[in-house]
This record gives sequence, C-alpha cells and structure tokens, in this order.
Amino acid sequence: MAARQQMALSLGWHIVLACLGVGFPILILIGEGIGLRRGDAVASELAYRWTKIFAVLFAVGAVSGTILSFELGILWPGLMGTFGDVWGLPFAIEGIAFFLEAIFLGIYLYGRDRLSPRAHFLVGLPIPVAGIASAWFVVTANAWMNQPTGFDVALYKATGRVEGVDPVAAMFNPATPVQTTHMVLGALMLAGFLVASVYAWAWLRGRQDRYHRLGFTIAFAFAAAITPVQIVVGDWAARFLAENQPTKLAALEAVNETASGVPLTIGGIVIDGEVRYGLEIPNGLSWLAHGRPDAVVRGLNEVPVDERPPVAIVRTAFQAMVAIGFFLLGLGGWLAVTWIRRRRLPQSLWFFRAAVVAGPATVIALEAGWVTTEVGRQPWIVYGLMKVDEAVTTAPGIRFGYYGLIVVYTALTVAVVTVLRRLRRPWPSADPAGTAIIGSSSPGMEPVEMS
Amino acid sequence: MKSLNLANIVLVVMFAGGTLYALFGGADFGAGVWDLMAGRTRAGAGQRALIEASIGPVWEANHVWLIFALVVLWSGFPRAFAPVMSTLYVPLTAAAVGIIMRGSAFAFRKAAVPIVTKRSYGAAFALSSVVTPFFLGTVVGSVASGRVPATLPGPDSPSPDVIAVWWNPTSILGGTLAVLVCAYLAATYLTADAARQSQRDLADEFRSRALGTGVITGIVALGGIVVLAGDAPQLFEGLTGRAAPLMALSAAGALSSFVLLIRRRYRPARYSAALAVAAVLWGWAAAQYPDMLVGSLTIAQAAGSRATMVAMLVSLGLGSLIFIPALLVLLVMSDRGKLN
Repeated sequence: MAARQQMALSLGWHIVLACLGVGFPILILIGEGIGLRRGDAVASELAYRWTKIFAVLFAVGAVSGTILSFELGILWPGLMGTFGDVWGLPFAIEGIAFFLEAIFLGIYLYGRDRLSPRAHFLVGLPIPVAGIASAWFVVTANAWMNQPTGFDVALYKATGRVEGVDPVAAMFNPATPVQTTHMVLGALMLAGFLVASVYAWAWLRGRQDRYHRLGFTIAFAFAAAITPVQIVVGDWAARFLAENQPTKLAALEAVNETASGVPLTIGGIVIDGEVRYGLEIPNGLSWLAHGRPDAVVRGLNEVPVDERPPVAIVRTAFQAMVAIGFFLLGLGGWLAVTWIRRRRLPQSLWFFRAAVVAGPATVIALEAGWVTTEVGRQPWIVYGLMKVDEAVTTAPGIRFGYYGLIVVYTALTVAVVTVLRRLRRPWPSADPAGTAIIGSSSPGMEPVEMS
Repeated sequence: MKSLNLANIVLVVMFAGGTLYALFGGADFGAGVWDLMAGRTRAGAGQRALIEASIGPVWEANHVWLIFALVVLWSGFPRAFAPVMSTLYVPLTAAAVGIIMRGSAFAFRKAAVPIVTKRSYGAAFALSSVVTPFFLGTVVGSVASGRVPATLPGPDSPSPDVIAVWWNPTSILGGTLAVLVCAYLAATYLTADAARQSQRDLADEFRSRALGTGVITGIVALGGIVVLAGDAPQLFEGLTGRAAPLMALSAAGALSSFVLLIRRRYRPARYSAALAVAAVLWGWAAAQYPDMLVGSLTIAQAAGSRATMVAMLVSLGLGSLIFIPALLVLLVMSDRGKLN
C-alpha cells in the first residue's frame, strides 16, 4: 500500500510541475514575441521575469521526474521486468526530447546577454516543442497501460511469457491519440490558469497597472481559448472508454447494471455504490457514450467483484474534473463576451475572484483526472493483463522511503510556493527598474575575455 | 549470436551514457562537494560564485545522461533493471532524494534573497552532492560484487537482506570512490574555469585540491584492490586479468593529470582526468563481462526483445543527430564563458 501511495504522491506532485514545464514556456515566448514585435518593454520585462520563475520550476520538475523513473523499478519490478521492453521505447525517445529541452533552456537562460533579441527568441522556440513532445511520449506509455498492445497478448494470457514484441505498436496503442491530446491540452490550461490566478490576485489587491494586466491577459486568454477544445476532447475520451474500457466508464458514472437507455446523473454522492441526490437526465449517458438514447451501457456487473474499481472515488474525481472544466469554460466565455462587446477585460470583482480560484481549481481538475484514469483502472496495472499486486515490490520496509519522501515533497511544496509568490512582487534583482534587459546588450557590459 | 551482438551494442550505448553522466554529472556533484568545503559565507564567496557560474548553464543537460542510461537499461535489459532497482531500493531511494534536493536547492539558492535562506539552500545543495554519488557508488559495488540476485523475491526465492546488499566492503568502497572521483574531476575542471576568468588565486586553490583528492583517490583505489580480492573475487580476477590494460590506462591518465596540474596546464589536465575516470568505468564493465549481474545474469539473459533494441537504437541514433550538436554548442559556449 505504501508503494501505491508513494507512486501517487510522486506522480501527483511531478505532474503539476511537468504541466507548467509544458505550458509556461509558451506564455514566456508569447510575452517575448509581443515585446519584440511591438517594441513593448513591459511585455519583454514580463517575459524576463517569467523566465526566472520558470528556470526554478523546470529544475524541480526535472529532478522530480527522475525520481519517477527510479520508482518504476524500485516499486514495480513485476511490471518492469515483464513489460520493460514492450513499453520502454517512448521513455527513450522522451529522454531525447528532455535533452533538447534542457540544452535549449540552458542557452536561453544564460545566453541572454550574448544573443540578439531575435536569436534569443528563436533559441526559446524548441523548449515548448520539446516539452510537448516529452509529455506526448510519456503519456503514450500510460495509454499503453490502459490499452496494452504491441506483443502477443493471447500467448501472455496463456503462459505469462512476453513474445512478439512490437514497441512501435505499443506506443501507438488505441488509447494514445485521445489520452495524449487530453493531457497536453490539460497541461496548457493548467499553466495558463495558474499563472493568471496570481495576477488576478494582484488585481484584487489593487495592482492594475499595464504590467499586471498584460500578465493576466496573456495567461488567461491562452488557457481560456483551449478550454472549449478540451471539453470536446474530454467527450471523445469518455466515448473511447465506452468502447474500450467499459468498466472504467461504468465506475466513473456509477453504472451498476448493464442496461439500455441509461440516464446521466449529475452531482449527488455515492452511498453503497448507488448515487443519491443526483440530477438525472433520462437516457443522457446512453446518448453521450454511444450517440443513441436507447444504447446499451455496460455496467459493473459484467466483471467479477474483485475486478471492479472503487466507484465512490472514481466517480467523485470524475465529477469534480467535469464540473471544473465547465466552470473554466464559463469564465472564459465571460472574458470573450466582454472583450467582443467592449474590447477590455471584465471589471467585475467577481470575475477576478473567480479567476483566482481558477488556478488551484485547474490543479484539482488535473489531479482528479489522474485519479479517474489511474484508480479507474484498478485493480489492473496493465488493463486486463496484470494486476497491481503482481507488479508491486515485496521488499520489506518500503514505507520508510515513503515517509521520507512525504517530508521531502512537503518541503519542496513550501519552497515552490514561496518562489511562485514572487510572480506578483517586483523581482528582487539589483536592478528593479529592469534596465538590465535594455542595457545588457551593450558591449561594455560583457566580461572581458582574458585567455 | 546475432542477438547477443545487438545486446552488446545497446549495452555500449547505455554505458557510454553512464560514462558521460559520470564525467559531466559527476563533476557537477563534485562541484557541490567543493561548495560544501568552501568555508564561511564571506571567505567562500569567490569559490561559490565560480562553481555557480560553471555548473549553472549545463547541469540540467548533464543530468539527463542519467535518465538516458536508465531508460536504455530498462528498455534494453528489463530483466536486469527490475531486480537491481527493487533489491537496491534503499540506496536508490536515498540517491533519488539526493538528486531532488540537489537540483531544487541549487535552483532555489539562485532565486533566494535573504542570506539565511540562501545559506540553508546552499547547505542542502552541497550535502546532497555528497550523498547522491555515494549511494550511486554503492549500487555499482553491489552489482559488481555479485550481490544482486536475478530473480525477484517470491514464494520460492527469499528476499535478500535489503541493508547488507549495499552495506558491505565493496559497496562502501564504490561509494567512497564515487565521491572522491567526483571531487577530483570537479576540482580539475574548476582550475581551468578559474584560469579562463584569470582568477589565479582560485585556480591555485582548486589546483591543490585536485592534486590532494587525486592522490587520496589513488590510495583508496589501490587499497580497494585488497578489499576486492577478499569480497568480490570475480571482479578482482577480471580487473587484474582482462581489464588490466584499462586499469593501466586509468593510472596513466591520473598520473599525467597530476603532472599537468603541477605545471598549471589545466586544459589538458582536464582531459587526462576524464580519461582516468572513463577507463576505470570501462574496466569495471570489461571485468564482469559477459555478466550483467555478476554471478546471476548474463547480458544475453537480461536482454529484452530484439525489436525494441532495434527501434531504440534507430530512434536514439536519429535523435542524437539533433541533440548531440545542440549539446556540443551548449558545452562549448559554457566552456568559453559565453553563458552567464
């Protein structure tokens, strides 16, 4: 049990940093691009300060991701020993993407004084590309756990031997398109709404100058533009589950018995496996999952009791994710309507209060999404083929490592939040006016080369 | 036979990644060791600034070599990866904690303002720079002395003692040597960095440190041979037999780096020091060939599927066409002081 919790903690922690790593550089480059194109010093300054924050987040994200690759072996030797070569390829390719990200970030961060503004912008471009590629490849591996392909499945079921390995087929398993799209869009939303919420907070505290307005608008508009797309992709994901992982869909909608014309229940709580106090839309689930109001939705009764995921957790997480998704959609709509009608940000305090909430809410939605897909697959680690119990380590004393990591992650969280809070404060450089950006390209500032 | 050749190629790729991690990532850890020993805040400021400037732009890229070697190990040799990681979970968890603390503390230190916060992040950075290579070194010692069983614990195979498997003479030797080697490499590299910035005093300080740790490393390594003879006979036999030429090469590299350091020829000293370290690593590999886990699993037995190896070599090959030139640009720019 400690092994599962340790993995959940490490993954749940890393994923927030990883998402910021994917989305934040895009915001930075948008800011830098605006600065370059319009000669806008405020936008350049914004991009410069974001870069400093991002450097810290990237460092923490990089090391917390490394821990995960250790843990896959430390905690799940049964999984890695059996299937390491089936699903390993995307991790190897992700390694290359990660290399590119780290290399270009190194040049981008430390080369500011030596590169022309245009060259500096161009050096930054590979960072989000590599970041999105990393996320894509890693998520193909998780998609494989949901839809294992790329080896002789029948032979494995009969004998437990893994043969006929095709790593490319494993990487492009049926769950890959929908899951990678959903995750990458989620990462972009998280970065946007989280950064925007810091500026929304500053707005409420009275800092409504152009610097803060621009920071809010870039981040919020970016995330809000992606939200409707994400909701369509989310629907695609649910329909995919209906066809390919019906048990998971049954768990996240708490469908106990296979039936036709199944209603969609919104809200409510699960008591003894039944949803109470929810709002029922007749035939709603049948229609959403299969496109016909009388379609058959397969229920939990189709699998033995010991192969059913914990419904209460999975359904609650799923409902939370969907609810937050629609909340974000509404908030984005508010901005869009105001912008179209008045060409400015909404003035309502409630808009900014909601925008403050949107950041942490996106984090909750992200974690809830992971709970939905991971807990929804229980008791399987590789869907239909290997149970978590077969994969987990039997080494004694694992829980002590877990306790140690709880302390480490708690300390890190405090440190990261402290650094993030700097976003809304003037950057404490020796040069608060930000003239360094303008002055630093003058040749006189360069350190003299002696050797 | 053909499949073994393929496995050998994958192994060479993995080991090359591991060697680069030792040479670059190892030196970054060593720099952390020197950060720890730099003295009080004011007195050590010069050294700490040099260290920060030297490793700042490159340490993240250097760190990726570890991930590179790890993923090649698990995709190429899943039947070795699983027992190594699960049997040695204690030192590996400790190393993982060290890695996470080192990376984040280094980044936080840069961002922190109050000197007290800066100092405590600095201490975390420096301490974890000692802890991480030590534990990674014990892992090497455990594998090389044949303490990692190939089978995962189960009903018929009892679980090994999770402490004794890494707390034993060879593992402790491995850990100690790893810390010393990192410190030696870092001091040698830093002499050249200091000299480039014409900081003669700093260069001299690191020069004496490089010579000091180099000599200590040599003595520990020679003494270690006695330890290995008793505790890891198969490794001892390999090192003194098949791998003897590589060991001699390592000794030659180390000695020439000492001579070059004494003559203040820092740049070539750097390369000989790196050669000395690389030769030891390849000597270890040669000594235990063809075993992957000494005494329990050969390379052929550990190897995963052929299709995965081919796909991995192809993608790494294509990928390296992009990332190797980019990495060289980063390293050269950093080395010439163009990144600050």
